[in-house]
Amino acid sequence: MKAVNQAKVTAQGHSPLMEFSLQKIQFLDEDGNWVSERPEFATDEWLVQAYQHMVLNRVFDQKAIALQRTGQMGTYPSSLGQEAFGIAIGMGLQKDDVFVPYYRDHGAHLLRGHKLSDLLLYWGGDERGSAHGPKQDFPICVPIATQITHAAGAAAALKIQNKNQLAVVTIGDGGTSKGDFFESLNVAGAWQLPLVVLVNNNQYAISVPRDIQCGAPTLAQKAIGAGIYGVQVDGNDVLAVYQAMLEARQRADEHKGATLIEAITYRLGDHTTADDASRYRSNDEVKQAWQKEPIKRLQNALFNLGLWDGEKEKQWQNQCAQHVDEVVAEYLTLEKDTAESMFDHLYQDWPEVMNEQLDLLADKLTRMNH
Amino acid sequence: MAAVNQVTSAEQMDSVLLEAVNLALHYEMEHDESVVVLGEDVGTNGGVFRATSGLKEKFGFKRVMDTPLAEALIAGLSVGMATQGLKPVAEIQFMGFIFPAFEHLFCHAARMRNRTRGRMSCPMVLRAPYGGGIHAPEHHSESTEALIAHTPGIRVVIPSSPARAYGLLLAAIRDPDPVVFLEPKRIYRGAKQSIINNGEALPLDTCFTLRTGTDVTLISWGACIADTLQAADALAEKGISAEVIDVATIKPLDMRTMITSVVNTGRCVIVHEAARSFAVGAEIAAQVSEKCFLNLLAPVQRVTGFDTHMPYFKNEHFYLPNSADIVAAVEKCFKEA
Repeated sequence: MKAVNQAKVTAQGHSPLMEFSLQKIQFLDEDGNWVSERPEFATDEWLVQAYQHMVLNRVFDQKAIALQRTGQMGTYPSSLGQEAFGIAIGMGLQKDDVFVPYYRDHGAHLLRGHKLSDLLLYWGGDERGSAHGPKQDFPICVPIATQITHAAGAAAALKIQNKNQLAVVTIGDGGTSKGDFFESLNVAGAWQLPLVVLVNNNQYAISVPRDIQCGAPTLAQKAIGAGIYGVQVDGNDVLAVYQAMLEARQRADEHKGATLIEAITYRLGDHTTADDASRYRSNDEVKQAWQKEPIKRLQNALFNLGLWDGEKEKQWQNQCAQHVDEVVAEYLTLEKDTAESMFDHLYQDWPEVMNEQLDLLADKLTRMNH
Repeated sequence: MAAVNQVTSAEQMDSVLLEAVNLALHYEMEHDESVVVLGEDVGTNGGVFRATSGLKEKFGFKRVMDTPLAEALIAGLSVGMATQGLKPVAEIQFMGFIFPAFEHLFCHAARMRNRTRGRMSCPMVLRAPYGGGIHAPEHHSESTEALIAHTPGIRVVIPSSPARAYGLLLAAIRDPDPVVFLEPKRIYRGAKQSIINNGEALPLDTCFTLRTGTDVTLISWGACIADTLQAADALAEKGISAEVIDVATIKPLDMRTMITSVVNTGRCVIVHEAARSFAVGAEIAAQVSEKCFLNLLAPVQRVTGFDTHMPYFKNEHFYLPNSADIVAAVEKCFKEA
């Protein structure tokens, strides 16, 4: 973005004021061919790890849906097709960064030190699912776009405390329509906050397609009005998302402020297990989207580099299935939380004036046990 | 409007309520580095009422932040800061503009400790001037404390004097959970009170009995306390001894103090500026009827605003409860006994 200095008259009384351009980052095309030079960070080990994480993410996702379908878990938002986005963020985060997720970031959670059984607990209707993980990370956020203001606050706290870390927040394309999104980008520009906002543009806000959510040709350009840097990436390319995060970190380290990253993905699954996407999109469209999905292209790239083969694939799939089975067993066998737990963390210091409510619950429990 | 006195020492001083707020903010920012102040015009301007006057000069722009004009953002930033080791004290310029902040208060600040099972908390204060009686424009005079008090996990605190403003604001900032601190602006520059600036907080979750009496319990908070005390004086002249209770913490309610008093007096009159129905007074009346119905010598009375919009200022005195209304309600208690 730059100001245009020459006062060229373009129409009566008008002169150019400003022009801007946007970049798009992509390394691998949909077949796994390199369209840009392989970046330095993408060592053999990095590529294999990213792939393994993405496969684990998908295996976990399939199992979670099966648990919901069999009545063993509540409503669940699938991350099918979103694996590159989540895993790149998880790999791009540093230990002391503040991660502020929305609700479709299972891949990132997997790498943030959360137990996968905690994710099942959360979607299984148990508050203990958000009790663990890095102490500074936010729990899953359901009210759309509200989490961005929290991330901006966390970024301001990092700046006030002279901590050289990032606040990293995720949001869907639908969330970019909300006021909280604009208010957060705006303050990030005004205060030069160390904030990275990643938009998972998976083309749908439940049933509403991207092109009738917003008239702008890209969501990345919403950064321009806020005075921060915006970039678009192929969100099915794990390297592209990771590269954008690296650049965002560098920008923040150099005190150049916040970054908005629009990752183009496609939500291959329903919005949640309570949704039926066939009501609003065609099979042909979904079939086409499968051609661009993130795991296959990375697998192709690994095969081409000689880093992966059928035998390794079989072994890894088995390991993932075994791991997820263990996670599910942990989830299913955990002792139930107490009825009183709803009071335990309402306030840090229990207000004695509320004791009557404990008595009311005790009476209710007596009745329920009889 | 006169400028607020600049705070220079930790000694005793005569202050109006607004100065007491300013004094408490100065004290706590000086003694706790994690306290930060944010809001619209709170920095160089010192707040439109001057409650944050002198803070930016003393503690710098990093701890005293002029925010963009966006109330949802102010509350959301506070949630973000509070979870990361800071204690934000945010100002919403007028309570009439607090509504965009509700989502962050209700869906996040109030729930954060519970939904993370104590891993994360929101020790934040949201300050807002509230209530009518200062001839302000539309949307500047409402009393909507009940909307907030209905939400679990949050405290709502309302001072009624300079000393209680000082002590309760300190307590609110030190509280490990979110507190909405509503400042009755009708008495911002009312009676002065001697304040010892020693950082001593008052307890939350506790009513203050301002005057003891035997015939009737008058329960109120905020600016209406002044009218209630005036009514108590008038009643004394009529030979009626009134106990006056300042609720102070609206959520959670210290019903024990109120019930003990009503059991003694047998009569209860609740006074508030907010609209009549579904208000905090309705909750108190319900609990009085649950807990000491058989001790009542007369039905509980409420002196309140109407279930109307707050009139623009030319007519606001028709809406606001006054001491004559309170006296009339008490007399009704005796007629119906």
